[in-house]
This record gives sequence, structure tokens and C-alpha cells, in this order.
Amino acid sequence: MFDFSYTIWILLIPFFLFILIGFWGNKFKPIVSGIVGSAGLLTSWVLSIFTAYKYFFVVGKVDDVYQQIIGYNTLWLRFSDTLHIDMGVLIDPISVMMLIVVTTVSLMAHIYSTGYLKGQKGFMRFYSFLSLFTFAMLGLVVATNIFQMYIFWELVGVSSYLLIGFYYERPSAVAASKKAFIVTRFADLGFLVGILLLSYYTGTFDFLTLTSPTGPAIGTPPAATFIGMSVLTWAMILIFMGGAGKSAMFPLHIWLPDAMEGPTPVSALIHAATMVVAGVYLVARMFPIYITVPIALQVVAWVGAFSSLFAAIIACTQHDIKRVLAYSTMSQIGYMMCALGVSGMGGHEGLGYMASMFHLFTHAFFKALLFLCAGAIIHAVHSNYLHEMGGLRKFLPITHITFLTACLAISGIPPFAGFFSKDEILVAAYHHDTALFAIEYIVAGLTAFYMFRLYFGIFWGKKQDYHHTPHEAPWSMTIPLMFLALGAMFAGFIPFSHLVTSDRALFDIHTEWIIAIPSIVIAIVGIGVAYVMYLKPTEIPTKIAHSLRGFYTAAYHKFYIDELYLFITHKIIFNNISRPIAWFDRHIVDGSMNGISFVTNQASDKIKGFQSGQLQQYAMVFVSGVVLLALVFIYLWT
Amino acid sequence: MFLLFSAVIVIFSILTVTSRRILRAATFLLFVLVSTAGLYFLLKYNFLAAIQLIVYAGGIVVLIIFSILLTSHIAEKLPTAGLLKKWPAALVALVGAALCITVILQYNFPGSVGNTELVNVTDVGNSLINYGRYGYALPFEVISVLLLAAMIGAIVLAKKRKD
Amino acid sequence: MFEGVPLSWFLVLSTTMFFVGVYGFLVRKNLITMLMSIELILNSVCINFVAFNKILYPDHMEGMFFTIFIIAVAAAEASVAIAIIINIYRRITNIDVEKMNEMKY
Repeated sequence: MFDFSYTIWILLIPFFLFILIGFWGNKFKPIVSGIVGSAGLLTSWVLSIFTAYKYFFVVGKVDDVYQQIIGYNTLWLRFSDTLHIDMGVLIDPISVMMLIVVTTVSLMAHIYSTGYLKGQKGFMRFYSFLSLFTFAMLGLVVATNIFQMYIFWELVGVSSYLLIGFYYERPSAVAASKKAFIVTRFADLGFLVGILLLSYYTGTFDFLTLTSPTGPAIGTPPAATFIGMSVLTWAMILIFMGGAGKSAMFPLHIWLPDAMEGPTPVSALIHAATMVVAGVYLVARMFPIYITVPIALQVVAWVGAFSSLFAAIIACTQHDIKRVLAYSTMSQIGYMMCALGVSGMGGHEGLGYMASMFHLFTHAFFKALLFLCAGAIIHAVHSNYLHEMGGLRKFLPITHITFLTACLAISGIPPFAGFFSKDEILVAAYHHDTALFAIEYIVAGLTAFYMFRLYFGIFWGKKQDYHHTPHEAPWSMTIPLMFLALGAMFAGFIPFSHLVTSDRALFDIHTEWIIAIPSIVIAIVGIGVAYVMYLKPTEIPTKIAHSLRGFYTAAYHKFYIDELYLFITHKIIFNNISRPIAWFDRHIVDGSMNGISFVTNQASDKIKGFQSGQLQQYAMVFVSGVVLLALVFIYLWT
Repeated sequence: MFLLFSAVIVIFSILTVTSRRILRAATFLLFVLVSTAGLYFLLKYNFLAAIQLIVYAGGIVVLIIFSILLTSHIAEKLPTAGLLKKWPAALVALVGAALCITVILQYNFPGSVGNTELVNVTDVGNSLINYGRYGYALPFEVISVLLLAAMIGAIVLAKKRKD
Repeated sequence: MFEGVPLSWFLVLSTTMFFVGVYGFLVRKNLITMLMSIELILNSVCINFVAFNKILYPDHMEGMFFTIFIIAVAAAEASVAIAIIINIYRRITNIDVEKMNEMKY
């Protein structure tokens, strides 16, 4: 009954697809790899749904507590008798939820790409990379131990690099992919140090052992401390650093806007729904340990809240629609992190945890939908920029309706999905720390404002002169839009507190209208402001921008964080650290090697003078030798 | 007489090796060889002295002079070797000479030139083909083969090639 | 006047001539002058033999015969050497010993 070993196939199907399409894709017509990829992923999706059904409704519960089941496990690398790295599949409420999220959004991206990338060079390459990414993400979410998660984490980073740099002939795309990879890699340094610290002091990598209440991390925590905080706190903060890099939290967020250079399905899949939530997932997975180190949780909460505010401010000023959506993603993930940070453990205390996971689930739907709609719009208008769009509602009806659905969902208007999840987050924040609540409340308003600025700017406003009339996207692109729109509408009704909770036991929740009403109000206020400013082209935006000139410019330039990073790396690190080291390497290390060879050469040059071919020199040596020997033998030898 | 001859020998041999004109060096060599023959005459080795004069002085020096005429510009002054060559050579030669002379003078050789009788040519001839004790028949034959080989070798080496 | 010249004088004479010849061989650049130095060396050895023979063993003739053979060998060797020198001169019109250094590294 507990046999979940078939779940390994959910991972292996995309992996085999990656190899299959990668090696043999160009022997067939491009559309074949698209169909094969989508079909394979459909199988994985069906298996995930089946797993979810079986787990949540049939076998998972024992006394109303969900069990953690190891579906499949093999020993991979043994360091010592107690320390070993396994590869396996862990079935757990959050991993099953993530299985559904990843496979659903990936399936939608696969189907969508058949239309979006039609006729483009590299179609097969795209599908093989998509399958690789799906495999890596699935491996990450079902990891049984932290090292397996780290391996797949890196693999996700690699596939993200490959996909962002898909249009490799564009230097901006290449630069963006490098930036993404380097920034996340830098964050992973912290992650690795955290893993090593944690495993050194607790002696294991395994999640079940680490998070069990009697285990070496929680039951008998290591007593060592370092500068006032226990090593466990340090380890958890460092692990969060890794998660922050992947989830684009401040200050490691710089790669996310640039990552929009990739094709839009990539943005939808990776940078909206799946990869960027890996950090949130990591904190959720390690949550029982985070509870014991409250300082780390505080760090998580404040970083999340600050990132959401920061991103929301910047998003209000951007002109590229994909950049706006990127900053919106960063803001929503800030919500999720903050929710985790304010959470307690067990029952109603663990509301933040549940809310965070719920928001992750719903956010996947509406953010992916937003990106795919943006792709359809860009496909129709051939431009990314807001000021080159307007009045598109007549030309793109399906896109219009689905985009509106997603905007309402993200703004938190009932009965769409976003309202329920965002409301739970606000409740959890309110009960824990009012400052955080205030920040998140303001961000909710800003979210509604910039999303509707986008909506009105694209679909209403003044109709531009288009080169050729924009046409609606083909069916391969609109069907995923409609499916995701249904999810955005109805996913809020799923009783998440019966499914995914902090200690896997069920509890009941009900909407606290004290918090819910103000959040709806501020969302409507945001929509109203956007309506007034952007429904018809008016002077109000420019006047406001003019009056807040300095602040507006700073926000438009993303608060100059990119420039700061460049300054630090170029002026400080390159000049003061890298240059001396390079000088040292070139002159001293290479120099000593060259010196050795030079000395050898010179010595051999001198030695070879002995064989000069000069007869008289030979005779001289000969005669001198005889005379010398005679001297030695006559006078010195006894 | 002995002193005269030895003085001639020493001086002219030094001149041979240091002369800058090649023909003069050949002439000085001739004088050295003739003085050596004189020394042999003093020691009553008339036959040997005659051979020395005929073969060495007459044959070899003439040969050398012919080859000088064939291969070099006679009137040209020979270039001397650089100092880097001369000083070590001189040093080695002087050290060697000093060593040998020291050893010789420290050893008491018993004897000096006494009254000697002339060596008879008949005796020389008899010894030369004698194959008993104190006979030199074998070396004689060997020398003749050597001379034959040298002749053939010299002719082959110095032959003009057809190319 | 000639009687009573001790053996050591002969030996000193021959040693001097020998080392002069060695010096000449090491210093001279012309091949023919080197040959002349070699003849000097050989000659000094001849004097040595003869002196030993006459003073230590006046009844025997080995020294003289050896000297005769040395003279013969010197003649043969000089002729072959001249043939070689002429050959070299034909090849490179030059008999400077420093130019003939092909047996080198």
C-alpha cells in the first residue's frame, strides 16, 4: 500500500527525453521533438496527479498526520559508516505539491513552446534543455537528503544558464546567462558551507534524520558556538544565503531581471513558477531546524519583506513588460519568505508555513499565466515595451481575458486564488510582527497598482500604429493560457490546511475578515489609481514622476544596485585582489618555472662547449690531464 | 760541441713554433733536424745521422715545403692565436716541462758519454735481417708494409676526383 | 770535450724540445705548422732513445734501431697527413684548424 517506487519514473522520463531529444532530435522534423517532449511530460504529469491523489486521499494519513515515505532510495557515496549520500525520492506533503506544480507548469510551457518557437532555429535544443530542467527540478523537490538537493540545485542552475542563453548569438543574452549562473553560484558557496557545517556537527545529510524531533539537529543540538551564535544558526543562515540567491532575494536579485533575455516560456517556467521558488522550498524543507534557531528565521522574514517592498517600488517604474513581471516575481517570493519567517510550528502557530506553501502553489499558476500572456502579446506586437502597446483588447481577446484573470488573482481580489493565499500570509504576519504586516500590506497595494498599470497600458490606452495588425496567438499557445486561468480562478478553493502544514497534521482555518477586508480595500485602491492614471493616456504619470524626480530616477535605474556590484567587483576586487594575484602567478610562479628552464638551458649551453669539434681544444684537455695526473701521482700519491 | 748543438736545437725549435711566416718556420725546422743529425754524429751514430739527414731533413721537410707552396699564400703573415689560447698552452707546457726536468734532475743517472767506438754499417745490416736474438727482421717487414700502405693511402687520398 | 756529458743533459734537451713541440701543437692555427710541431715531438723522442742507448748500454743497438723505425714511421705519417691536408684544402680553400669543427655537438 505504501509502495511509491514508481515515482522514480516521474523523474526519469524527462531525463530520458533530454538524452533522446538532445542526441537524435535533429534527425526528425522539429515538431516531432516538440510532440515527444510534451507527450513525455504529460505522462509525468499524470503520474504526479496520481501520486497526489494516492498520497493525500488514500494512504498518506495515519492518525490525521501525513507520513513521510521514502519512495525509492539507493546508496550513492559513503564517506563513513554514518555519513553517506543517497539518491532517492521522498514523498511528503510539500514534495507532492511541488511535483504537481512543476509538472503542470512544465507541461504548459512545453505545449506553449510548440507555437511560440515555431520555425526558430534550435527548436530541438530548446526541448531537450526544457526536459533537463524539468528533471533537475523534480530531482530537487523529491530529494531525500540535503546533498542530493545540492546536486540537483546546481543542475537546475546549469539548465537555467543554458536556457537563458538560448539566443546565444545575442551578447546581452550571453551576458545575462553568465550573470545568472555566477550570482547563483556565489550564493551556492554559502549553501555548501552551510551544508558542510550542518553535516559536520550532526553527522548526517539525511532530511528525515535532520528534521526528526529526536535527531542530532533538534533533539540534541550541537553545542559549539562561533562569535556568539551557535553553529547551527550559522549553518542555517548560510543555507538561507543559498536559497536567497536562487530565489532572487535582495541583494542577490540582480540576475532575475536580466534573465528575461531568454524566451518567454523559459521565463514562465523557470523564473516564475519553479526555479525561483527553490529557495522557499529549501527553507520549508529545513523548517523544523529553523524553528529552533529563531535568529535565522528573523533574517528570513526581514530579507523577504524588504525584497518584496524593494521589488514592488522598482516594478512601478519599468517600461519593459517582462521586467515588470520579473520584479513582481521577486516581490511575491518575498511574500513567501516572509510568511515562512513569521511562522511557528504546529497547528495554528504554523499558519505562516501553510500560507507560504499555498501562495507558492497559487503563484505558480497566475505568474506562469502572466508570463505566457506576455509572450503572446510580444509575439503579436513584436516589441517588449509598454509604450509601444495599447488598445490590444480588440485584437487579442483570449489573451485579454486570461491576463485580466491573472491580474485580479495577483492583486488579491476574491474569489480568485491569490486572495486566499495572500490573506493567510497577512494574517500570519499580523499575529507575529506588526511591522512586517505593515510592509506587506503596502506591498499588496503596490502590487495591485503596477499590475493594473500594465493591464491598462497594454489592453486599453491609446491604440498605437502597428506595422501589421496584431493577431491572436495560435491554439497551441492559447490552450495553456486557458488552463492556467482556470487554475488561477479555482485553486484558491483547495483546502490547503488539510494537506500541507508545518508538522503535517491537519488543522482548520477560516478567513479572518478583520484582515481580509482591509487587504481587499487596498487592492481596489491600487486598481483605482491605476485606472485613473492609465486607462486613457494622461499627463498624471509624467507629473508624478517629475515631482518625485530623484526617487523616480533611482527606482527606474533599479536603485543602482547593478552599478554598485560592478563597482565592487571591478574596482575593488579585480584591481586589488585579482590583479596582484594574477601578477604573482604570471611573474613568480611562471617566472620560477621559466627560470628553472632558463638555467638548465644556460648550463647545457656551457656544457656543450666541451664538444666543440676544435682539435686543439681536445689536445689541450688531453695534455693538461696527463700533466695533472703526473703531478698527482708523483708528488701527492703515497 | 754538444752545447752548441743543443743551443741551436732549442733556439730554432722555439722559433719554429713562434714564427709568423710559414716558410721561415719550415726553414727553422730544417735547421733543427740538421742539428739533431749533428748530435748523432757526435755520438758516433753515423748511419743513423745519415738516415736522419736523408729521410727527415731531405724528405719530410721538402714534402712540407711542397705542401706549403700548394696550400697557402707564402708571403702572407700567419695569424697568431689569441691570448685565450696562448696562455693556457704556455702554462701547460711550462708546468709539464718543469715537472719532467725536476724528476730527471733528481734522479741519479749512472753514466755519461764515454769513449765510444763507431757503429759499423755491416753490423747494422746484419742485425736488420737477423731473425734470431737481437734481430730486427720482423719489424723490418712490418715497416715495409707500413710504408707500402702509406704510399697507397697518400696516393688515393690526394687523387683528383672526377667530379 | 764531448766526453763526460752526463745523461741528464740529453734528457733535459729532449724534454725541452718535446714541450716546445707540444706548445706549438696547441697554439698554431695552420695545419702544416701543427705538423711541423709534431715532427719536433717525434724528433725529441729519437734523441732520448739514442742517448739512453749510447750511455747506458753502449754494446747494444736497440735504441738506434728504434730510432730508425721511428723515422720511417714519421715519414709515412707525414706523407699521409700532407695528403689529407691537400684534400681538405681542395674542399674548403682554407687550412685553418679552427674552421674544421664538424665533429661537434
